[in-house]
Amino acid sequence: MEFEAASKKRNKMVHMNQKLRRKITALVVDDDTTNRTIHSRLLQNLGIENQEVRNGKEAIDLHSSGRIFDLILMDMDMPIMNGIEATKQLRAMGIRSTIAGVSTRSVKEQVQEFMEAGLDDYQEKPLTSAKLISILHKISHNGSVVS
Amino acid sequence: MDGLVQFQRQLVDYTASLFHEGFLDEQFNQLQQLQDESNPDFVVEVVSLFFEDSERLLNELAKSLDQQSVDFKRIDAHVHQLKGSSSSIGAQRVQKVCIAFRNYCDEQNTEGCLKCLQQVKHEYSLVKTKLETLFKLEQQVLAAGGSIPLPI
Repeated sequence: MEFEAASKKRNKMVHMNQKLRRKITALVVDDDTTNRTIHSRLLQNLGIENQEVRNGKEAIDLHSSGRIFDLILMDMDMPIMNGIEATKQLRAMGIRSTIAGVSTRSVKEQVQEFMEAGLDDYQEKPLTSAKLISILHKISHNGSVVS
Repeated sequence: MDGLVQFQRQLVDYTASLFHEGFLDEQFNQLQQLQDESNPDFVVEVVSLFFEDSERLLNELAKSLDQQSVDFKRIDAHVHQLKGSSSSIGAQRVQKVCIAFRNYCDEQNTEGCLKCLQQVKHEYSLVKTKLETLFKLEQQVLAAGGSIPLPI
């Protein structure tokens, strides 16, 4: 089965990388070019290798092909597939990466709906180095990455 | 040496005025902090993306508000995008108009929306001019052999 193979691959990589002490990897999911550029640079500045996709569906497709990331920065409002839907699907696929919702939404109910989709953290845009660092603390607490 | 000091002074003063007048906010400082030797043009690059995106969105907004039957959902989506990207580069005044704009969308108030469109176009044009001036002043400093001071 596709996901089992991807999962085995991932476990092997984590085991191997524990010895290599590799860089943390991240995926930026956002439909806005300006935001993607800024978030990618923020990550790069903290030594985090990262990739960008433009919507939830591209994020799902990437994971279906076996790619795994330590951290996913997930925007809420995106065309084709939004952040809530994408987060639900990633969790259903068994993806245990740290997923941080990043959005301009501040209405409590909307943020709650996003959290309930399976987020580990939520930060209001615009993202800053400080907010990103607080997200990264969640990764080390999850214990899924050796830093 | 004198010329360089003058240019640097101009740059610092101009930047300060943009913050003081509310054209830019703290988020712009964040962008400047992300610029270094390996990403020397980061701020200009991001701001250029912002200009491209905004111009596209403003055109879409004008078109949408010109329709017989106005699609407020679509307009709201565009304004939401503009609000997001303006806030991520620190274009505070543009962002503020977007907030008012969205309220008119919620009320399905065409006239209010048209008014906001004019306002947001105006604020966008102002911040664009200001940022272009800022970049010119930076070029002046660099050409005179200086370096751009990091934000305080």
